[in-house]
Amino acid sequence: MKADPAGVLTGVHYLDGDKACAEGGLAAGCRFFAGYPITPSTEVAERVSERFPYMGGMFIQMEDELASMAAILGGSWAGVKSMTVTSGPGFSLMMENIGLGAMLETPCVVVNVQRGGPSTGLPTLPGQADMMQARWGSHGDYRLIALSPNSPQECFDLTITAFNFSEKYRVPVLFMMDECVGHMTEKVVIPEADKIDLTERRYTKKKPGEYLPYAYGEDLIPDMAKAGDGHFFHVTGLTHDERGYPDMTWEMQEKCVHRLIDKIDKNVDEIFMIEEENMDKAEVVVISYGITSRVALRGIQLAEQAGMKNIGRMRLITVWPFPEKRIRELAKKVKAFVVPEMNYGQMVLEVERCAGGQCKTILVPHGGGTVHKPETIYQAIKEAYK
Amino acid sequence: MKAAEVEEIQKKPKTRKTKSVEEEHPLEKWLRMDRMPHIWCSTCGIGTAVTCFIEAIKKTTLAREDICVVSGIGCSGRIAGYIKQDSFHTTHGRAIPFAVGLKLANPKLKVVVFSGDGDLSSIGGNHLIHTARRNLDITVLCINNFIYAMTGGQVAPTTPPTAIATTTPYGNYEHPFNLPALAAACGAVYVARWTALHVRRLTNSMAEALQKKGFSFVEIICPCTTLYARKNKLGSGLDLMKFYHDNSVIVNGADPREVDIQFQSEIKVGKFIDVDKPTYLDSYNTYMKTKLGDKFKPYGVTDEERQ
Ligand SMILES: Cc1ncc(C[n+]2csc(CCOP(=O)(O)OP(=O)(O)O)c2C)c(N)n1
Ligand code: SF4
Ligand SMILES: [Mg+2]
Repeated sequence: MKADPAGVLTGVHYLDGDKACAEGGLAAGCRFFAGYPITPSTEVAERVSERFPYMGGMFIQMEDELASMAAILGGSWAGVKSMTVTSGPGFSLMMENIGLGAMLETPCVVVNVQRGGPSTGLPTLPGQADMMQARWGSHGDYRLIALSPNSPQECFDLTITAFNFSEKYRVPVLFMMDECVGHMTEKVVIPEADKIDLTERRYTKKKPGEYLPYAYGEDLIPDMAKAGDGHFFHVTGLTHDERGYPDMTWEMQEKCVHRLIDKIDKNVDEIFMIEEENMDKAEVVVISYGITSRVALRGIQLAEQAGMKNIGRMRLITVWPFPEKRIRELAKKVKAFVVPEMNYGQMVLEVERCAGGQCKTILVPHGGGTVHKPETIYQAIKEAYK
Repeated sequence: MKAAEVEEIQKKPKTRKTKSVEEEHPLEKWLRMDRMPHIWCSTCGIGTAVTCFIEAIKKTTLAREDICVVSGIGCSGRIAGYIKQDSFHTTHGRAIPFAVGLKLANPKLKVVVFSGDGDLSSIGGNHLIHTARRNLDITVLCINNFIYAMTGGQVAPTTPPTAIATTTPYGNYEHPFNLPALAAACGAVYVARWTALHVRRLTNSMAEALQKKGFSFVEIICPCTTLYARKNKLGSGLDLMKFYHDNSVIVNGADPREVDIQFQSEIKVGKFIDVDKPTYLDSYNTYMKTKLGDKFKPYGVTDEERQ
């Protein structure tokens, strides 16, 4: 399906990442937004609140992030594409209902413009330390999808992708920006509505009385229904059977939860997006994501200038699910992975796990508050090259 | 059964096979019979409240498919699981914001939150007060059994002073919430309280609440025989009903500030508040129209209605 022109601001714009993300949501057809102000993500909410009245969308500033997250799940079950945005502590507050979203298999998009933590941390400054929280933050076992943009243009483009993934796989998609990307202004090209492809929700074709909310076929993704269509369906955060009815047995736990995991794990190849450069002869591969990928580029240039020619560059666009297969492949060929990230070691744990000791993995940590110095990354590359 | 059929059966000698007649249970259409038996204890008041709710729906002219039920977590939180409507069993305390999302995303829906006192006034208290403040058009039905029942009988924000709970083993020393006063103070346009004994009045009140435009709140004082009654040596379910019978007084129009409940005190019941005020969506549409004029696209209003 193509985008509804009402939400698409076709043209060439100069936007910061936050506003571009908002525009991406509108272009993707988001028409329900619930949020709570928090720096550095508030501009997304502000932009939506300004734009919705002209296109028949509903914005509500909720009383807190717990409410925002619960509300967008409700919005989605009413059949409307829904999103929320937050940062830092707000992301923590959303965790319980992100889990409900995973369990009820509710499409929605949750934007986290990351700032320095823990706690109130660095409210106005960047961080990338919520990456593991995006993976494991809600209790229990589940899988979600998380994307990481590195420019305002990507904030626009990938917010649309986030909605498409969420509709296709029926999961909350976490959109892991950072303060730098959120607040940097760059050119953003918004195409015409008929150039934007949207994945529509797969609603059941069953007649009322025949629909089972969690019956699934080969692709492991159940058809959805929306409130008000006369199916009289039930959904619950409890472990449930195909009818959506609670079933507190280990057998049902295995069936219900394992599928939540499989429906993502089995589709990794379709979900993962990476950008690669100079991989053929690479001896060292620098793996990064978000704003850090732009600093890493400079670090690589410095190394190249110093004569180290065989440096591969990998940028994770999809961060969860993690591109395990690709990392394993590379680990057999290269001397080392260098992983700069604005935290004290999160995604590097995945890289290290997948490398499985076949090559060195070097973390370039940074607590956040500003980006890495390119020289630091260069030094790490030099070290790796030895 | 038709009269002729009855006659036919009666005419037949006793030894002959009679045609067995199976009548449908009056609630069968409305409940998920494939989930029976339910989890509630016998003589628990929650079942009565559910019956009243179904009867209330029948009294209204609402289209059945538009009615959604949202519950949080608790014994009362299981209500959504048994009512055959589009029904959502969410997280502890978040039934109201989930309902707000449903309602705002599709204003045609009649969204009902049916949950417990702890769920709605403790962990979900913030949502209760803000949704009432906004006069968001949903109905909240609160089972008040004075306790956290599902987790085994801990003190709740509604537990009357001196009452025993597992976490107030020597009796409760906190000041409890007076829920009708709380809802009214925050802006609810319809506020009532009944006990599980007042089935007829409770049913009528629920029907009124369902048809009220704006935030309506009905508190249902409900016996929890297994925990609250047992811990406090209040006797059986029947004894509790007798207590409600002897100690509730109907004071329609009472000032909600004066309907607080003490331990085994008189319980004032009735419809306390029934006023009119623009709902959240009405205010939004009216205000935005004056600000943005024709460029504004009214929300939740069909093109027909707009003309
Ligand atoms: C976040 C969270 N905290 C605690 C619980 C445990 N819990 C389940 S039900 C409940 C209390 C329910 O009390 P109430 O809402 O009064 O319902 P009742 O069981 O009395 O009907 C609690 C504390 C939970 N499920 N989730
Ligand atoms: S524990 Fe109390 S509230 Fe829960 S079902 Fe039993 S009687 Fe009802
Ligand atoms: Mg209770």
